[in-house]
Amino acid sequence: MSVSDKPIYDRTMTELSRGLAAGDFSSVELTTALLDRIETLDGALNAVLTVTRDEALAAASAADDLRAAGDAGPLAGLPILHKDIFCTRGVRTSCGSKMLNTFIPPYDATVVERLAAAGAVMLGKTNMDEFAMGSSNETSFYGNVMNPWDLERSPGGSSGGSSAAVAARLTPVATGTDTGGSIRQPAALTGTVGIKPTYGRVSRYGMIAFASSLDQAGVITRSVEDAALVLGVMAGFDERDSTSIDQPVPDYVAELDTPLDGVRVGIVRQHFDEGLEAATGDQVRAALKTLEARGATLVDVDLPNLDQSVPTYYVVAPAECSSNLSRFDGIRFGYRAKDPEDLLDLYCRTRGEGFGAEVKRRILTGTYVLSAGYYDAYYLKAQQVRQLIADDFRKAFADVDVIAGPTAPTPAFRLGEKTDDPVTMYLNDIYTIGANLAGLPAMSVPCGFADGLPVGLHLVAPHFAESALMAVGHQYQLETDWHTRCPEDYR
Amino acid sequence: MSRWEVVIGLEIHAQLATKSKIFSGASTAYGAEPNTQACLVDLGYPGVLPVLNEEVVRMACKFGLAIGAEIAPRSVFARKNYFYPDLPKGYQISQYELPIVANGELIIDSDDGERKRIGVTRAHLEEDAGKSVHEGFDRMSGIDLNRAGTPLLEIVSEPDLRSAKDAVAYMRKIHTLVRYLGICDGNMQEGSFRCDANVSVRPQGQEAFGTRAEIKNLNSFRFVERAINFEVERQIDVLEDGGDVVQETRLYDSARDETRSMRSKEEANDYRYFPDPDLLPVEIADDYVEAVRQTLPELPDAKQARLQESLGVKAEDAAILTIQRELADFFEAAAKASSAPGQTVANWVLGELSGALNRDGLDISASRVSAEALATLVDRIHDNTISGKIAKDVFEAMWQGEGSADEIIDARGLKQITDAGAIEAIVDKVIADNPGQAEEYRAGKEKLIGFFVGQVMKETGGKANPGQVNQLLKKKLSG
Repeated sequence: MSVSDKPIYDRTMTELSRGLAAGDFSSVELTTALLDRIETLDGALNAVLTVTRDEALAAASAADDLRAAGDAGPLAGLPILHKDIFCTRGVRTSCGSKMLNTFIPPYDATVVERLAAAGAVMLGKTNMDEFAMGSSNETSFYGNVMNPWDLERSPGGSSGGSSAAVAARLTPVATGTDTGGSIRQPAALTGTVGIKPTYGRVSRYGMIAFASSLDQAGVITRSVEDAALVLGVMAGFDERDSTSIDQPVPDYVAELDTPLDGVRVGIVRQHFDEGLEAATGDQVRAALKTLEARGATLVDVDLPNLDQSVPTYYVVAPAECSSNLSRFDGIRFGYRAKDPEDLLDLYCRTRGEGFGAEVKRRILTGTYVLSAGYYDAYYLKAQQVRQLIADDFRKAFADVDVIAGPTAPTPAFRLGEKTDDPVTMYLNDIYTIGANLAGLPAMSVPCGFADGLPVGLHLVAPHFAESALMAVGHQYQLETDWHTRCPEDYR
Repeated sequence: MSRWEVVIGLEIHAQLATKSKIFSGASTAYGAEPNTQACLVDLGYPGVLPVLNEEVVRMACKFGLAIGAEIAPRSVFARKNYFYPDLPKGYQISQYELPIVANGELIIDSDDGERKRIGVTRAHLEEDAGKSVHEGFDRMSGIDLNRAGTPLLEIVSEPDLRSAKDAVAYMRKIHTLVRYLGICDGNMQEGSFRCDANVSVRPQGQEAFGTRAEIKNLNSFRFVERAINFEVERQIDVLEDGGDVVQETRLYDSARDETRSMRSKEEANDYRYFPDPDLLPVEIADDYVEAVRQTLPELPDAKQARLQESLGVKAEDAAILTIQRELADFFEAAAKASSAPGQTVANWVLGELSGALNRDGLDISASRVSAEALATLVDRIHDNTISGKIAKDVFEAMWQGEGSADEIIDARGLKQITDAGAIEAIVDKVIADNPGQAEEYRAGKEKLIGFFVGQVMKETGGKANPGQVNQLLKKKLSG
């Protein structure tokens, strides 16, 4: 099927960009088509929390004008949805929580600002696990998101609204954030592409913090090419984020053409042990064969401390979240409990009523591990283990260019299936958390189906090697068409 | 001698004199309308991030070098977590395990006349909180976040202080130092310089410290002295009645001149300090430290020594002159411009000039008589153009803006009569007019010389040189 035969909503950002440039359609037409699609289809998905129709149409019209004037930015008139964790000036930013149900930021996050400056048109804000804490989108105060491949299943989390929206062709691209796998796991579970760049590559300014040393913004798309296009706009130093890194941003799209010949792909044997569902493992192994067939060399690598990554993460992330979420106290913004008796009552009830169970669980865990007498045994120890894990990756990358494996141990699970057992839920991120602990860029690309549900291939690269990472993904996509598959009801 | 020994350590909070806040670009100017100088970062908005103001690092380095301390090559900002309405993030960004300055010292002139070394354990950077206003809001509290994010340097002493007077001497010394360095305006009314005092007592000769109480937020030297003295007596009373001092935080009530319990150790917060993941460690290279060292001004102790040794100012006066760098600079400029001895210039700076400044409530920087103008006046005494007494009138006229010393002397015809013949004639006249007194003087009542000098000065309108008159009178009267 040639691009011109594809329905407009099924086209990638790159394809839409060409269409706009060629004058096949206007941004207003494109935007209207997608807004209408969201209106028609999202009722069953609950992927989009806020639709900014008026603002979107105004931005689209402005983009059309600029294009007519010959002054179109790299993403001029192209649609995007933002995860509701990114502050958007004048548009409610809930972070999936009752706590911020009425919060309207007076400023734009750097990511939002940069994409808008490049001409992107924000269609609205996507659903997410509350404060990005969850792997199924079931912790959202606004209800769970349904997976377009099977409405009884989870689209993953915490960027589940973004992954479901991209998979259902409500938008070609949606932003996400990834603290332990929150872009990559939902991408895997919905058959989309999700990239989490190197820690510090994209500014965190205006992104509501969950665990500051792990949080990183990224993007969910339907092709690696789109990821390269959009990431190139999002990335770069921001003086408002002290942890963002001042390094030039390569031309990611141009570097996608790097062939796989001689690329050394590391395989971690433990990732294929028990815990990985058989059919998922088969698809990932097949994907590795494809890479090999295109000229890559498969090399075994050892990450001896990686089995400590989940417990390490569940000390570090809650510790940081317990502090980051202290500002939600009912004093300055967000939810405030009614008729408090005194200050303590105001604090206790505001936080008791405003936060959901998973958020409270993590705040309590984090408060505990930072407490006097426990700090050394938990937080300090976890930071030491984190260093060991980072060292493992560094040593492995002496021998390989990327590390490949499964993104998640199973395809999309049923809604409600894991909600009673937090640890089982946490183990869904077992393959992805290591990249966050080590600050490495990583992505998930669709690599097949298990029982009709998408499976993701996980790729990790050394710091700032996003180009190499995306080149591998792109070369794989030149050989396969998994990423073009659309869930039946959304074709 | 009391059988109790007092042990005090001070935590001084010096507000750093930066234009903008420690982690945001908002202004630090004092006295603005509430909540007009707090940006999104100061308000702790979701998604915002702190960015370190590099100026505070330079200022902390200056302080560290001035007290001979170590400047940490790597220091780390940590979060101190607690809930309070004027702390919008729910944590204060401070430094905990790795402060920027460690192991410094200061020499104070102790209460007992000895010079004493006081250790400075550490000095660390942190942000101030906002201010809660509990009056005027009908069972509500007002919150002003203008102060939130103001940079502070917390200077922690060793428990080396042994009396309230020592504590004040130490605090004054730090106060002088931070103003010399230009890193703090030292304004205590506005809260730019304040301290917490950790106070305990122990039996003389005992090595182990007694249980301490921490008195919070003392914002005047007088309150520091009185609060400590009250607290020491309170603790001694408790112990002598067979009780135990409780470890707690206390507040000083200046109206009642007493300290009151604020919260006990059990009620104390567990601050759950951990490194702030939003900020990178502060890395300071040796050459940076050296560059800062080059910018250090002459420090108070060195200046005092120099005033004594090179300019011949007596120790006591040199100490007063150097409390304020601007005053010392004024003195030095005047001494340099004058041909009179340094001590004479010092007398004028500490006498007439300081008196006039105090009277008009002016700072030395706003002096109506410049250092050079004062030097000229002192020179006119020194070269016998006018007497010291006349000079006081001339100074007052200068202060009122009537012109330079020479202009006023000329305009008012105040020049001393140094013509020996002219003075002699007046002396002769005075002796002739007062034969009785002259007789008594000659009979041995020598203190009458003062009467004669007075008479001559009266005749000359104060313009005769008193020394010359004296000499001449003695000669004539005994002749």
